[in-house]
Amino acid sequence: MANHSPMLFRTRLYYALLAAGGLVAMMGLYAAHMMEEHGHIITGMNNQVVWGMPHVFAIFMIVAASGVLNIASIGSVFGKAVYKGRAPLAGMLSIALLAGGLTVLMLDLGRADRIIVAATNFNLTSVFAWNIVLYSGLFTFVALYMWTLLERRMNRWIKPAGLVVFTWRIILTTGTGLIFAFLVARQAYDSAILPPMFLVMSFTWGLAVFHVVQSAMYTWNNRIQDPVILNRMKVLLGIFVLGTLYLVAVYHMTNLYFAKQTAFEHFILVSGGIYPWMFWAGYVVLGSLLPLLLIYHPSLGKPKFVVLASLMVILGAFALLYVFIVGGQAFPLDIFPGYEVTSSFGDGQIGQYQPSLYEFLLGFGGLAIAFLITTVGVHALNFMPPQDQPRTEYK
Amino acid sequence: MSDMNEQRRQFLKTSVGAAAVAVAPGMLMFDMARGDTEPVSSKVRWGMLINTENCADCDKCVKACNKENGLSGGLSPTDSQWIRKVELKDMRTERSLALPMMCQHCEEPPCVDVCPTGASFKRADGIVLVDKHLCIGCRYCMMACPYKARSFVHEPLHDQKPDVPRGKGTVESCTMCVQRVDAGKIPACAEACPNKSILFGNLNDPDSEVAKKIRTVASTQIRADLGLDTGLRYQGL
Repeated sequence: MANHSPMLFRTRLYYALLAAGGLVAMMGLYAAHMMEEHGHIITGMNNQVVWGMPHVFAIFMIVAASGVLNIASIGSVFGKAVYKGRAPLAGMLSIALLAGGLTVLMLDLGRADRIIVAATNFNLTSVFAWNIVLYSGLFTFVALYMWTLLERRMNRWIKPAGLVVFTWRIILTTGTGLIFAFLVARQAYDSAILPPMFLVMSFTWGLAVFHVVQSAMYTWNNRIQDPVILNRMKVLLGIFVLGTLYLVAVYHMTNLYFAKQTAFEHFILVSGGIYPWMFWAGYVVLGSLLPLLLIYHPSLGKPKFVVLASLMVILGAFALLYVFIVGGQAFPLDIFPGYEVTSSFGDGQIGQYQPSLYEFLLGFGGLAIAFLITTVGVHALNFMPPQDQPRTEYK
Repeated sequence: MSDMNEQRRQFLKTSVGAAAVAVAPGMLMFDMARGDTEPVSSKVRWGMLINTENCADCDKCVKACNKENGLSGGLSPTDSQWIRKVELKDMRTERSLALPMMCQHCEEPPCVDVCPTGASFKRADGIVLVDKHLCIGCRYCMMACPYKARSFVHEPLHDQKPDVPRGKGTVESCTMCVQRVDAGKIPACAEACPNKSILFGNLNDPDSEVAKKIRTVASTQIRADLGLDTGLRYQGL
């Protein structure tokens, strides 16, 4: 890779992007400082909706961090040549997204200053503790994998390293799904379909992020994406979007079939105010059907439509996660089946949640950290896929 | 030369003496404060039997809990409520009742399973607690608890009770008044109940009042279907 020409990157634009990203990241840190100072009272979270907007951002980034590696796996593990040249970019995006997501997750803790406690005290029965190992492992393995990709002498280790990363991220996203799947008493979660659902969501969201970044890079380098490859990657996104839709549908269908879950499904899909709106308009229409139209309509194959479809998929992902995480908690726990319940602690009532500005600042701060790592990475290292036409192996 | 040695000896003597005088009372008080250091034993399982018959017009247990543990008593969604009164109406029969709801001190507590750092733990005698020094405030236990028993401290705290540690940014719940139980007393809610409807005792001791009563009256565990083997049982539910 060393003898590729350095990437064309307009210097002024580069520093402007750094400044913008840095500013947003600083605002995120300011929000974290305020939450540390005043407590979570300045957020919209409460004793019923205990995870809010920061978790929507964090889980999006962590899930996408795993899925973006698909590009690398298709190249290194399954041997598809056109994806091989894109593997380094996928690896770097994975590290960037994971760093952004974990930053948000950690800074939202009630005692973010005690993160060292989380690193030194492991409860082996906790899926959260497993995830701490899985996340730090992914950082390490992706870094090693990128070394095998970028250092020519290490090229012969690409396949084994790619295989380790592939296996690790499948386990990691399974672990993310299990965080919810293990919540036995919650109508919205307790389901074995969640890990596979998270896995396919990760493929979709990771690829959407990859499309956006790749297109930006091509534009800044005044290069045009090979239409054949673009078409192939576009169709792959379409398949993943359909796959996610399928699993989300199965998740709701199984719930609808269980009489004890129908009240919850009615809330999430019909009567729950903002949640059905975000589900149908945000996730189904904007985040799935319209992107599918842009992807599969014969006259809409241009790169800008692929980027547009990818951006819609990302917005749809946020809508789906909001419904899943916040809507899932807003619906009251069924502590006394068969009874109508009231209390001073919100029993039997729909939980109220209004995200505060600080939560958005923290979430965007995490995105900004991912953005900064990506921008600096793309500037400092050569992540531009080699010319796509000659389908050569690594030299 | 020997004069200097003499001075040095004198200086050392005085220093050691002064140090002993300074440290001794501290050591003494430390020993006193530590109190009974005998570990709790799994031969005991603390539990409660709650008779819901007399709960309709009473919330003395809630008030007593707030007072004992230094809770504000505020009812906003961000305030801590370790015990709350729940009003129930059977949707089919329209029968109404009320009961006090708090941590059920499960034998298999989901909060302990999910806690990443081990801050949520169960003592050998069955009391489920949060170690305030290990809790990082992730709130996963609140997601996992089937009883909505836990509260998160959303604001800085003032004037805390010395023997009831709490902390901003950590999760907390009913401790079964562990500070009282360890001193040989019964929990504040049980003591405050005017009808003696909260019966506290050792479930493992067949001769305890609570164990005898559980053998003779019909009682249920809340969400018994989850198989958590709660330390609290309810009569009249």
